[in-house]
Amino acid sequence: MSALFALLMIIVLLLIPIIGTEVLGLNYVFGVVIPYAAIAMFLIGFVYRIVRWASSAVPFKITTTCGQQKSHPWIKSSSLEAPHNTWGVIGRMALEVLFFRSLFRNTKADLREGPKLVYGPSKWLWAAGLVFHWSFLIILLRHFRFFAEPAPFFVSGLQALDGFFQIGLPIIYLTNVAIVAAVTFLFLRRLYDPKLRYISLGSDYFALFLILSIAASGILMRYTGFRADIVDVKQLAMGLVSFHPVVPETIGVMFYIHLFFVAVLFGYFPFSKLMHMGGIFMSPTRNMANNNREERHVNPWNYPVKTHTYEEWEDEFRDVMKAAGMPLEKEK
Amino acid sequence: MHNTGKIIIGLLIFLVIAAFPIWYAVAGGKTGEMPVLEKAARGENCIIDSVLMKETHMFLLDDWRDEVVREDDRWYRSMTLDSTIEKSLTRTCLGCHASKANFCDRCHDYLAVVPYCWDCHVDPKEFE
Amino acid sequence: MAEKIISPEELAGGIDYKPKKKTWFDPTVEFRRGTWNYAAPAKNLEYLDLPNPRKWSPTDEDWKLPENWKEIILEGLRVRIKRFRSLQLFMDICVRCGACADKCHFFIGSGDPKNMPVLRAELLRSVYRKDFTMAGKLMGKMVGARELTVDVLKEWFYYFYQCTECRRCSVFCPYGIDTAEITMIGRELMNLVGINIEWICTPVANCFRTGNHLGIQPHGFADSIEFAVDELEEITGIRVDAPINKKGAEILFVAPSADYFASPHYYTLLGYLALFHEIGLDYTWSAYASEGGNFGLFHSHEMMKRLNAKIYAEAKRLGVKWILGGECGHMWRVIHQYMDTLNGPADFLEEPVSPITATKFENARNTKMVHIMEFTSDLIRNNKLKLDKSRNDHWHPTFHDSCNPARAMGLIEEPRYVIRACCNNFTEMPENTIKEQTFCCGSGAGLGTDENLEMRLRGGFPRANATKFVHERDGVNILLCICAIDKATLPPLLEYWVPGVEVGGVHEMLGNALVMKGGKPRTTDLRGEPLVGVAQAEEEKKEQEVSEDA
Repeated sequence: MSALFALLMIIVLLLIPIIGTEVLGLNYVFGVVIPYAAIAMFLIGFVYRIVRWASSAVPFKITTTCGQQKSHPWIKSSSLEAPHNTWGVIGRMALEVLFFRSLFRNTKADLREGPKLVYGPSKWLWAAGLVFHWSFLIILLRHFRFFAEPAPFFVSGLQALDGFFQIGLPIIYLTNVAIVAAVTFLFLRRLYDPKLRYISLGSDYFALFLILSIAASGILMRYTGFRADIVDVKQLAMGLVSFHPVVPETIGVMFYIHLFFVAVLFGYFPFSKLMHMGGIFMSPTRNMANNNREERHVNPWNYPVKTHTYEEWEDEFRDVMKAAGMPLEKEK
Repeated sequence: MHNTGKIIIGLLIFLVIAAFPIWYAVAGGKTGEMPVLEKAARGENCIIDSVLMKETHMFLLDDWRDEVVREDDRWYRSMTLDSTIEKSLTRTCLGCHASKANFCDRCHDYLAVVPYCWDCHVDPKEFE
Repeated sequence: MAEKIISPEELAGGIDYKPKKKTWFDPTVEFRRGTWNYAAPAKNLEYLDLPNPRKWSPTDEDWKLPENWKEIILEGLRVRIKRFRSLQLFMDICVRCGACADKCHFFIGSGDPKNMPVLRAELLRSVYRKDFTMAGKLMGKMVGARELTVDVLKEWFYYFYQCTECRRCSVFCPYGIDTAEITMIGRELMNLVGINIEWICTPVANCFRTGNHLGIQPHGFADSIEFAVDELEEITGIRVDAPINKKGAEILFVAPSADYFASPHYYTLLGYLALFHEIGLDYTWSAYASEGGNFGLFHSHEMMKRLNAKIYAEAKRLGVKWILGGECGHMWRVIHQYMDTLNGPADFLEEPVSPITATKFENARNTKMVHIMEFTSDLIRNNKLKLDKSRNDHWHPTFHDSCNPARAMGLIEEPRYVIRACCNNFTEMPENTIKEQTFCCGSGAGLGTDENLEMRLRGGFPRANATKFVHERDGVNILLCICAIDKATLPPLLEYWVPGVEVGGVHEMLGNALVMKGGKPRTTDLRGEPLVGVAQAEEEKKEQEVSEDA
């Protein structure tokens, strides 16, 4: 149900640029106004969310330790799984952000006859997640050939690597295939695993469909008859980044579809779960060192509380303590 | 604890990366420049319609490569020129567009396109 | 146990990981006997100055909430979002990837989809979205937003008291989302309108008053320790000194109260007493801070602070140099991750140094409290203890990492080092069930009640099942642990799932193996069970006598 609703949303979104440019001829709106608005929403929204998160306190150091603490010098501590200093935390965060360390631990619990519980490794989610995110990043970086003149140094290197097998013309990029495969897998597992289907919201499907639509429109533009003149595309892109927008006449509808989906993604980003991109850096169970007893952590809102003081306690139990011959502060 | 300092640094890094195209454009100062192609040294028409050529030259050259190398089919009938020409990058294409650097490379460089034509072929000009 | 519980095979056979309903939006909960905890009695709430004390039961239709209950909860949530970045972030960044789903022992043991950590958090998240996010206000169900209703509150009660705050899900979450944080906040919110359970509020009230969860008064505490000293003398022939409230002692020792009042904790207590005597430790117990555990952690951050304050206060009053802590799980979560922040700085104490080995416990230099596993492993490492492993030969131990020492501290190798030094037959359980991936006993965080037994047996199923595996494969007959709740709740769990496996503490094994100067030769372990060597020797002696007769 929620998947269908998300699909419907995508179809509506698809129709907007088609009608907007083909029927209404609002090329300037779709080529300039909407992209600017989307980028503004993305940047302002992103910063707003981070600032909002940052305005919440971190009262306690609640590191989740996934390995041996640092105690005795003769016990090897796990500096990446239970880091005891900032360098360890940086290493741990790098593993999380770049390689999805925690997801790599994933297991699958299975209940068999006996009863016997077994836990097998389950790396598919990790693999698909990693492939998807890295592909997305590489694709994004490859697109800098449109946003920067001259094209930055990393573009040609990435293109060469990504098109290493020189299959097809234009050369098929591995990441193009990979991102479609990975997102499709991520979608299918939501559909086929009953647990996943149960927890998935419309917004979960929407994000996947949106990214798939971006990838699909881009691929159609590169490899099929919906080709765009990339010199014009770059002219538009460079106009946007230099704040002298121009809208070349020859840009086709597929480009506007692609651009519109990207704009929707950017605009939607800060208001959605996609903010996990920024959030992971701020996760209190991961980004603090497990040196709690070594270094003091201050809670900014630590307020005094009512306690039961020793004096009150002794007053209450003095007689029985006296009878038991226990030491007292005051004899009466 | 809020770690405000670290978060601000993180945000700044994010913004600097996100604004890369903008400061890169400012620093490079080449935003408005479009690739300018040198006019062909001779002839009025290309071997096919020039707009079509702009869009599809990669497929044409790819086909030529296969036909010449694998099928020994070396001749192409040009409708626009109404003559038969040799399927040759260096002799036919570069025969009119005398400079690879001032023609092919202009757009290719602009868009960081790295065709593998030049893995085997050489630009006769450079060779000399 | 009021009702008869179905057989283990039947229970396990009924577990189905496939959700029965299509969506989770309907909050209706069936309060089935055996799966929930009794409500807190009014008198304890009154004693602790907590809101809305009254007589009520979760099965009542009317929970007698204050009129403006919804306002109170939403305002409470608003305040906590600003106070806890964990909460704020965990409300926003979950992508529902499902990696946590089958990591929760309650889900594995019940198949109830709302026991998937992601969904437990969604119960709170749905309300957050509805009232705190634009998307939730506009899009409703599409983005998983729900109105806060009495039924949602009842659902919270059911499921936030089906989480033991064990943090296993947070190990697997790609963003480190920790359901313990969600559950803690969920419980705090419910506390604001007087929804709480007896098994948490009563120990808390007891602890606040007398100093320990069991409500043992100072003289009773002294009696218990004295009794243990007597018992140890019977076994070892040595009368040890166990000072209480002794000013000027070097070290204050704090252990969970169950150690001196419950079994099998008791044998661990005997182990501590024997150890401290043997190394000549200048230490003291405290009757005022006679509880290391802290059920306040399961109640609210404020209550945790109210109870925890006693430890530093008492250390200061007694003028000790530093504090040593016994075998306990959640106690160590509080001490390691909260105590210094809540009630520190402990600048009146000294950086802990072992008086026996001169080892500096640098990792505890600020909080000034050392875990007994760190302390004892250091003694063994420096050859300060004479240990006769063979005295534990009748035991085939395995080690159950308690959730908090493993996942909130990283205390993983120290206890293993001590066990290996004391036992010949140590075996590990399968790797996905130990260390940072350890499974909870299923009864932590205040859920270890009789009325909740079915849920406990379900929650403890993964732990028991792993124990069963090594019991059958290697003949493991004792599950060692360093947690008082484990020691209290694992015995009935194992009796149900894997009869024939006992539960014990690591310092019990140490007490068994410890060769003490003077005294009499040991013939039994601390439980009074005959030692293998002794039993053999006796048999040999008999045989010899028989052959001599012949």
